[in-house]
Amino acid sequence: MSTPSPALTEEMRQQAIGLESSPFTTDVEKGAIIRFAQAIGDENPIFNDEAEARKSKYGGLVAPPTFLRSMGSYRVALPFELPFDRMLDGGSEWRYFYPVRPGDRITVVARIENINERTGRLGVMIITTTVTTYTNQLDQVVATQTSNGIRY
Amino acid sequence: MADQIYWEDVSEGMDMAPLVKNPTTQQLVKYAGASGDYYQIHYDKDFAKGNGLDDVILHGALKNAYLGQYMTDWMGPLGTLAMLSCQYRGMDSPGQPITARGSVTRKYQEDGRNLVDCEIWLENTEGQKTTPGAATVELPSRQGLG
Repeated sequence: MSTPSPALTEEMRQQAIGLESSPFTTDVEKGAIIRFAQAIGDENPIFNDEAEARKSKYGGLVAPPTFLRSMGSYRVALPFELPFDRMLDGGSEWRYFYPVRPGDRITVVARIENINERTGRLGVMIITTTVTTYTNQLDQVVATQTSNGIRY
Repeated sequence: MADQIYWEDVSEGMDMAPLVKNPTTQQLVKYAGASGDYYQIHYDKDFAKGNGLDDVILHGALKNAYLGQYMTDWMGPLGTLAMLSCQYRGMDSPGQPITARGSVTRKYQEDGRNLVDCEIWLENTEGQKTTPGAATVELPSRQGLG
């Protein structure tokens, strides 16, 4: 596939940066936390066993660090077409501020922080940096996740 | 409960005990259900082959979760995870063990908190670091104990 160079103009970058997803709110269910811990094979009682977790510093069950990933989609649609069909998840950085507990109501908002064109191993790539903010019912930001999506 | 590690027990350059995970196709299906990521590349071998892969591959986020477990195990019940990052550099398939390893890169105090930065990664059976990452944890101090 021949790709126009650059595929991403400065004008397109400025259109994309700052775009936000509509807020999406979900309740955290205890069963979902336990199933998530079981799926990753993590037997830590604070994620699996309410009675044991009550003796912990949290005083009850909490969600494993990457559980918030199951709270819904965090991809922000771009306001233009790009000549790439394939997408890869490049990785992410989580920052944690408060524990996530059963019964919490979490609101998820994703925001495009940056978008750049690079040439690498896969040829021309568009790297989109998205910051996803997870806020609980007490208006506390429980965690942020900065992730890099790669289109190529 | 796991043993507790204290801030005083940690030194810069110290290696962390490894954690071996044994991903199976069943685990990928369980993770797809638990996380809501139903991309077929993680459980449908024909679909994976149609995408130029030899086999189904682990969800990147599952590998992120392994590193999360690595840190929450290491820091013990009194530790607090402040930051966890990873990059997906290489693909991993079920049926092969994957090992989480790491070492302490920095030990410091900030805003009254006892913090430790770690370099962490997942490596395959050939020793390739398919998923390098980093973490910051807050650890309890023995001095705070009455």
